[in-house]
Amino acid sequence: MSGTVLTGGQVGRSLPRLEARAKVTGAAEYTHTMRVPGMLYAKMARSTVPHGRIKSIDVSAAKAVPGVYGVYTGEDIKTVIPDPYYGPAFHDQPILALGKVHYIGEPVAAVLAADPHVAEHAAAQIVAEYEELPAVFDEVEAAEDKVLVHDELKPATTFADLKHLKGRKDTNCALDFRLRRGDVEKGFAQAAHIFEHTFKTQKVLHLAFEPHASIADYKDDGVTIYSSAQGPSFVRTEIARLLGWPENRVRIKVPFLGSGYGGKLYIKMEALALALSMLSRRPVKVALTMEEVFFTITKHPSTFKIKSGIDKDGRVIARKCEIWWNGGAFADIGPRVTQKSGFTASGPYDIENVSIDSYALYTNLPPAGALRGFGIPQLVWAYESHTDMIARALKRDPLDFRKQNLLREGRPHATGTILKDAAIEKVLDTIAARLDWKKPFERGTGTVKRGRGLAVALKAVISPTTSVAIVNVGGDGSCTLYCGTIDMGQGSDTAMAQMVGEVLNMPAETIRVVPRDTDVVPYDMGTLGSRSLFHMGHAVRLAAEEAKAKIAELRREVGEPDGSNAPLADLFQKKYGMQAGNIVGTGTYKPDYIPPEAGTGQTTNATPFWMTAGAGVEIEVDTETGHVRILRLINVADVGNPINPRIVETQLSGASLMQLGFTMFEKMHIDNGQVTNASFADYKIPGIHDVPAIMENEAVEAYQSNGPFGGKGVGELATFGVSPAIANAIEDAVGVRLMELPLTPEVVFRAIRAHNNMPLGDE
Amino acid sequence: MVTRTISFTLNGRAVNAEVQSHHNLVEMLQSQFALTGARESCGQGLCGCCTVMVDGLAVSGCLFLAMRADGTEVTTVENLATPKTLDPVQQAFIDCGAFQCGYCTSGFILMAKSLLAENPDPNDDEIKDYLAGNLCRCAAYPEIIDAVKTAARNTKPA
Repeated sequence: MSGTVLTGGQVGRSLPRLEARAKVTGAAEYTHTMRVPGMLYAKMARSTVPHGRIKSIDVSAAKAVPGVYGVYTGEDIKTVIPDPYYGPAFHDQPILALGKVHYIGEPVAAVLAADPHVAEHAAAQIVAEYEELPAVFDEVEAAEDKVLVHDELKPATTFADLKHLKGRKDTNCALDFRLRRGDVEKGFAQAAHIFEHTFKTQKVLHLAFEPHASIADYKDDGVTIYSSAQGPSFVRTEIARLLGWPENRVRIKVPFLGSGYGGKLYIKMEALALALSMLSRRPVKVALTMEEVFFTITKHPSTFKIKSGIDKDGRVIARKCEIWWNGGAFADIGPRVTQKSGFTASGPYDIENVSIDSYALYTNLPPAGALRGFGIPQLVWAYESHTDMIARALKRDPLDFRKQNLLREGRPHATGTILKDAAIEKVLDTIAARLDWKKPFERGTGTVKRGRGLAVALKAVISPTTSVAIVNVGGDGSCTLYCGTIDMGQGSDTAMAQMVGEVLNMPAETIRVVPRDTDVVPYDMGTLGSRSLFHMGHAVRLAAEEAKAKIAELRREVGEPDGSNAPLADLFQKKYGMQAGNIVGTGTYKPDYIPPEAGTGQTTNATPFWMTAGAGVEIEVDTETGHVRILRLINVADVGNPINPRIVETQLSGASLMQLGFTMFEKMHIDNGQVTNASFADYKIPGIHDVPAIMENEAVEAYQSNGPFGGKGVGELATFGVSPAIANAIEDAVGVRLMELPLTPEVVFRAIRAHNNMPLGDE
Repeated sequence: MVTRTISFTLNGRAVNAEVQSHHNLVEMLQSQFALTGARESCGQGLCGCCTVMVDGLAVSGCLFLAMRADGTEVTTVENLATPKTLDPVQQAFIDCGAFQCGYCTSGFILMAKSLLAENPDPNDDEIKDYLAGNLCRCAAYPEIIDAVKTAARNTKPA
């Protein structure tokens, strides 16, 4: 993969990651392995019922365990933080359960000890009794409001895009997003064909290899929290709010992240670590085990009912989308997932009449949040399966049918926003060309059948959000960048340094990116939703440009002629008579945005940039076992101008393999609210043998005209098309259509048997 | 709980450690020697993030009781580089972009070294089989396979 190398020689370079040496020598530091002198370890006792009122919590046996420093419940937390609820969209999550428990695994009490094994042993001795309440687990059932997960919903109003959330009662619906364009019923009335299908996705989770970890060191005049957080600015805001303090007394430090994928966004273990440090007057570390991660944050399961009307010429003239998002017990960022993905639920198609209803629902399950795509992979799974089914039913080539209906540059999207800089057609054409789509395809022989499929998707990036950056040139001419984007493996430090280097004409590898620390690094909304390269990229560019202008000024001030190449250090020497001084440039970036109109979702400016990507696959299906082998996986994306082509390629490849797991086998098994496979032994993720024999990744030639150096975000793109491309290929191979993930051999085999009128007996 | 003093060789140096019977090797390396290259992730010996070499054999440090290190020779990822040089496997991981978040990287590098010691010129299938016990959630597998082959090329005698 290659891009355009710009004149400064930095943007467009496949520079190895700046932190590469630290990562291959074992020196890279992660919160989960950090220690602070005098630190105590916290271990939690967790709810054993999915929904219930707490009758009693007996901590006496835990307190009696030798080595235990203290045992605390939600009531103890209230003595130091009177209103101990947090969350990015609703203040619905108690630091430890208060009054009620909402899911199996909710933290109910915590034990502190210097030895984590002692704390764990003691936590197991805590006995809580509950008055069990009826529970609801399914998102569609939750919408009936027969069982209420929360008595009252309290919106947080922290984020600009979620200001409209209202306090509600007697409902499980945290947010219902509506979009109306044209008249969908009229469209259906005019249609020659109507298709309606319902698709489902399962509960899966991020499983970043570094489990969540936070260390809080509380003092009366300030608190320092080390945390595996994707958004330290938000953590600081939320901790300051809980304390009733100004933000400048709260310091959040983030070393490297053993990745995040959205699972370490907003606020996770930080508030618990803070409260326990306040109660114990000691530094406290909350570091989860991998098992506990299964009870902390997951991806949204979803049900998507999609209906399309097609006219006699094969144009999609109406599409109705209803999506129910299973948010679990706490909203986390589910409302944003619901709204932002709701924007584009009708897909990358030019449809005159669109109706979208997207519902964020509470259930008695572990909470769900953002996972690499903010709901888009769930939507694409449905609309690209649906699109393929329509094409096949109408005996149309699935590629031609898509191309006929594709949303093209300059046309209004369902939100009313005009499509710009979204190479949807180029992406689709590139996939088709790589698959030799129009040529005959070898279908396999005997019991092993071959098939192929493709899918293409569109996303609107989250807006409005702000990034701030500082570029500091020191007296020796060396350059330091302060930016709050968290490098969790996506290579942001390297890309940001490349952009600074491009402006200042310096090799990117000489630029230091300061470790994240809210005491020194300015505000950033969060490392999420593929927003950072665009938003922080602009902030970094602006900061570097300001520094560049000041350098030019200094050059004039010390009498250097225009166009002089005198080293920066010489300029400082001339001005200060020694190696001294700084030049500081700052940059703030917030794109324009017009919020969607309530009730219709219409806006002329839904997003600062569109994201588009797709996948193509060739597979074989063993009809005797249901096993699907991915022979070839093609990922194609519009990334604008790739800032670092090699890192872009690893992002595309990695994202698609992650989605391959969510497509083929990953699933949290849940029995009456109890997750029964909360370990790597029972929950399979992709391993080295799951990599398809052939993987191809391509960034189409593109340029984001309002992006920094023509670039835009990448991290989520290759998750979009994988699931429907595979399901489409399975139908192509064996004629069965699967409408619920994952596509395990058992599911495929049962479908083949049913298709052949030989259903397996136990169905 | 029993506390014992054990003696072993750590990255070429004779050392002692105070350990309790339930402590594992990763905890001991992190708490007593500030070596954090081996990290616990799954806690079940299934992901390979905690890989440590004991008497030349790769073990899952999260399952290996610290007391069992008594009298052994323990090598961690921190022993591979000097301040000026990198091991060819480490260099190949950088050149091929064979990691993203880096959390699992120590384990992959130690296993790749172990593979190349047994089989200096492995093919793709041999690499996959040997590394099947290591997981990478960022899924840098294609780049890891590439890196092992690159390291093999760069360590072959001229």
